[in-house]
Amino acid sequence: MTGTTRIVVVSAGLSVPSSTKLLADKLGEAVERAVGARGQEVDVQHVELRPLAHALADHLLTGFATGELAQAIEAVRHADGLVVVTPVFSASYSGLFKTFFDVLESGMLDGKPVVIAATAGTARHSLVLDHALRPLFAYLRAVVVPTGVFAASEDFGATDDGSLDKRVERAAGELAALLGGASAPAAAPQRRTVADEFAAPTPFEQLLREAGGSSVR
Amino acid sequence: MGIQIGIFTVGDVTTDPTTGKTPSEHERIKATVAIAKKAEEVGLDVFATGEHHNPPFIASNPTATLAYIGAQTEKVILSTATTLITTTDPVLIAEDYAKIQHLTDGRVDLMMGRGNTGPVYPWFGKDIRQGINLAIENYALLRRLWTESNVDWEGRFRTPLQGYTSTPRPLDGVAPFVWHGSIRSPEIAEQAAYYGDGFFHNHIFWPKSHTEQMVGLYRERFAHYGHGTAEQAIVGLGGQFFMRRNSQDAVREFRPYFDNAPVYGHGPSLEDFTEHTPLTVGSPQQVLERTLSFREYAGHYQRQLFLVDHAGLPLKTVLEQLDLLGEILPEMRKGFAEGRPETVPDAPTHTSLVAAAGGAKDLTVHAEDTMTGTTDRAEEAEEARA
Repeated sequence: MTGTTRIVVVSAGLSVPSSTKLLADKLGEAVERAVGARGQEVDVQHVELRPLAHALADHLLTGFATGELAQAIEAVRHADGLVVVTPVFSASYSGLFKTFFDVLESGMLDGKPVVIAATAGTARHSLVLDHALRPLFAYLRAVVVPTGVFAASEDFGATDDGSLDKRVERAAGELAALLGGASAPAAAPQRRTVADEFAAPTPFEQLLREAGGSSVR
Repeated sequence: MGIQIGIFTVGDVTTDPTTGKTPSEHERIKATVAIAKKAEEVGLDVFATGEHHNPPFIASNPTATLAYIGAQTEKVILSTATTLITTTDPVLIAEDYAKIQHLTDGRVDLMMGRGNTGPVYPWFGKDIRQGINLAIENYALLRRLWTESNVDWEGRFRTPLQGYTSTPRPLDGVAPFVWHGSIRSPEIAEQAAYYGDGFFHNHIFWPKSHTEQMVGLYRERFAHYGHGTAEQAIVGLGGQFFMRRNSQDAVREFRPYFDNAPVYGHGPSLEDFTEHTPLTVGSPQQVLERTLSFREYAGHYQRQLFLVDHAGLPLKTVLEQLDLLGEILPEMRKGFAEGRPETVPDAPTHTSLVAAAGGAKDLTVHAEDTMTGTTDRAEEAEEARA
């Protein structure tokens, strides 16, 4: 990978301050250190969804993004890796969190390395990571790192071996490993997006051939 | 003529949010005819109707609507916005619109669209995931049906044809002009460019940056395929306004219709939406200026269609909107003509297409008597000699 590695941290916390944002900040810093430790330039950008709530509801109804939401979507499109953090609401990711990923164009996350993380009042919700977030990002064809980071309120105080910081470091290290160095895996195949089509239109003769063939376009 | 200015309707049956009254299908169908006749009366060039096959729309069977309107008008060009090229048999499209061409002496053209109502596809035996492929294959067949007699054809989506001649043949040997409409599929801009057909961007629900990108792609590919320069491509745009002489009155009156509109209602504010999309709510002068500004990102273009009769607006209000549009029409035409290079073509019409084809040709296919080898045309000639 050449040039600056771009990381976008998407967090869906609602209160100020929120433990979700706190976890997002920890992960952002850890990823910055882990990628930097591999000798890469790194840029970490935070996207908080709370101020985009209205724009997201409008997008659902109109089909297009405006203002800061449009910028946030572009940041995700161009990110090399993502950290996504949601509070647990009713045994799953929050609706606001899901809405952001609902309005992304198909294919935008194809092959993108992602750290999944969640917060809740109690550790009893910790399987949300594997029962809700992991399937969502599998559907979006992202590459989810093995360690998911879950933080219950009590984790912000614990310092033992299984501490939150250790899991944060491990997830950040796994993301950095996917992002850089000579041993990084080859880029995963990506679906063609509208932006690709604008950049290099499929010639009509090919469209005509495909129409008569067996493809779905 | 330069640019053609007209209106398009989607035929929605929507409750008027200010009175709670919902028109009956009958009232809405009759209102559509009244609106089309009013369009001609105020001097508009085009009336176009959409096609829908589900409630709350009355826009099924657009051919009957257009033929009926054609019989009661003299000048207005009748068009579609859009014809569902995905789920409608291209053989029927070829026949239906050639027939309307004859009935209206060439006052018809079409805009192709895919339709985005999922269940309509299976209702007509199709699959929405094949939308682009259907649009491409069906249109390729439609063109052949209009330009060739005795068509042998085999494809992926329709039963094969052997020795099929679509009748009536297109009026004067020239097929109706075709526009391809798409909001966000670059493949359709590519299709329009490949054939040198028109490209229409509905424009009314999306930010101008998106329209600019779609129209830009079409223009570039139009030139790539050798139909002329990019500025000579045939572009149409949608538009949407609500006007009163006093702009505050327009905003006050339109707001409840906007807030409850089927497409974007309960979403962004009227102010946000007018900022991000071409919707203009204000005085006639504001509508005039906004409309003329579309050229800044779409270039000089050939057709401007406005949506005026949706979201439950009563017929009386719609007719008043058309009166106001009629009043600013001369200024709008003058504005569009300003700075328009001579190399930019006028909007295509039947007359211009016939002229471009080197004159009218009668393509009537006469029956051949396979027993005697004579044709009725030969018999007519014999009778004439006798």
